[in-house]
Amino acid sequence: MTAISTAPAATREALGRTLVKLRQDGLDIVVVDADLGKSTTARLFRDEFPDRFFSVGVAEQNMIGVASGLAAAGKIAFCSTFSVFMPGRCFDQIRVSVAQTGLNVKMVSSHAGLSVGEDGISAQAIEDLALMCSLPGVRVVSPADVVEAEQAIETAARTPGPFYIRTGRPKIPVLYDDSYRFELGKAHLLRPGSDATIIANGIMVHAAAEAADILSQEGINCRLLNMATLRPMDDEAIVAAARETGCIVTAEEHQIGTGMSAMVSQVVGATAPVPLGAVGVAGRYAESGKWTEVMEKYGLTADAIVREVKAVIERKGGERSV
Amino acid sequence: MVAIETPEELTAKARRIRRHIIAMVTEAQSGHPGGSLSSVEILTALYFSVMRHDPEKPDWPERDRFVLSKGHCTPVLYGALAESGYFPVDEILTFRQLNSRLQGHPKIGTIPGIEMSGGSLGQGLSYSIGQCLAARLDGRDYRVYCLLGDGECQEGQTWEALMCAPSYQLDNLVAIIDRNGIQNDWFVDETMPLGALDAKLEAFGWHVISVDGHDLSQLLAAFEEAKETKGTPTAIIARTVKGKGVSFMENNPDWHGKGPSPEQAEQALAEIGE
Repeated sequence: MTAISTAPAATREALGRTLVKLRQDGLDIVVVDADLGKSTTARLFRDEFPDRFFSVGVAEQNMIGVASGLAAAGKIAFCSTFSVFMPGRCFDQIRVSVAQTGLNVKMVSSHAGLSVGEDGISAQAIEDLALMCSLPGVRVVSPADVVEAEQAIETAARTPGPFYIRTGRPKIPVLYDDSYRFELGKAHLLRPGSDATIIANGIMVHAAAEAADILSQEGINCRLLNMATLRPMDDEAIVAAARETGCIVTAEEHQIGTGMSAMVSQVVGATAPVPLGAVGVAGRYAESGKWTEVMEKYGLTADAIVREVKAVIERKGGERSV
Repeated sequence: MVAIETPEELTAKARRIRRHIIAMVTEAQSGHPGGSLSSVEILTALYFSVMRHDPEKPDWPERDRFVLSKGHCTPVLYGALAESGYFPVDEILTFRQLNSRLQGHPKIGTIPGIEMSGGSLGQGLSYSIGQCLAARLDGRDYRVYCLLGDGECQEGQTWEALMCAPSYQLDNLVAIIDRNGIQNDWFVDETMPLGALDAKLEAFGWHVISVDGHDLSQLLAAFEEAKETKGTPTAIIARTVKGKGVSFMENNPDWHGKGPSPEQAEQALAEIGE
């Protein structure tokens, strides 16, 4: 797929247009929607294929069930709503009807994390990755930009079984060009380095890249991994990072200790224990505000990553490659 | 294809399924006899007269589907599937044992003929809607029969689905409500009453038929009426007796979810008859 534009774009913009393209390619796609199709962009699919777009109203549990039934009858069933509602509002339905069956249901949520901004804490999903990663058999992807989101959605459509893909509301820079190839289950090395590794996903990949730039100017060379796929996780890249750089900082728009940070900790602890740091939401809820201000106030910034990297380097004994 | 014509044969099938239910929950010393016994005639009518299905071709795309939304009542489903020939009858005695295909609650991919993984209430009707939408999209004329418990109708998702199906004019969908009046703890009316269920379903746009859920001829007539009903789904409210056929289980909340002693099982089988 090609990047539509290098202008800033929201990852959620990938959904509707990618589904339209995939249906035009002949994939047997249907969409079940719970009244947020304009926001998730799923509604674009309705404009092109109205007979394949099923609105269930504000009823997320029914949405998952209907999608599961469609999948059981052979369809590639996408459903979409906000990340707070899927999985939050329909977790048991996902668990029993999707995860435990392995049916071909693709859940693409939008408005994840603090970057939803003004709507405040009820709308800020900072638990969804932990919930979805707890379900055996569900592939979980948190793309860093719209190009990666398009490719993740296409991968999900072409790969049998359940997927959860998390997208965001704000327009953010486009990181990848059309030479990029998303690989399910593989971390993407954005920057080599040997002093520390930053592992990030989603919108935090951008803050992590900025942090790596700042650290580089101070002579600290960080490896930067975009861990877009959280399930199955690229254990190999994590172990290599631990062994080769001696310390790791995770950065995610999520509660720390429950999502990617917990999963990285488990892998590192079981294989190559090294000092770990985590940037994310620290055991609390945030508040309303412009999304950039909320991210700043609650510590989801490049500066926070810089501080955390320096702290873990200190804990490993302060060696650097320079 | 499985189809039985005479009422006597259907009654005999129902009796055999009842015996299987008792055998399963006795051997396992767990499971749900009450709500299985109450829905024996419903499944007997479906599997041996109403539904187009073939145990030799469990994945046949044109088959009618039976979705057990009240997923804890696997004994009646396994009984009907075994009697249909989906798996050997002897295997029912492995019910709920380690390494068995007969899981406590139904799971896709275990034994052929299981259409939905269930056991968490309220999910089956939504799932059935998805299958009905797919049938329409694919131009197939199969029908989907979804069995719900009356206690299950307290789940909010059930009402999301009840709202949804008529809005898509799904006349290939039949919901059967096993109105046995008892749920896990106690009587439905004293737990959270459903009130005038028929009027509620009609208000939601369903074609509603009320029958004696143990009268095979009434059930068969209702399923026929459902087939002829166009433009909206049909709900069959089947008035039943929980534990039907076993005197000490009948209408007794104690027999929602446990296995009888060997002596009780002997009495139960004697009452059901050969």
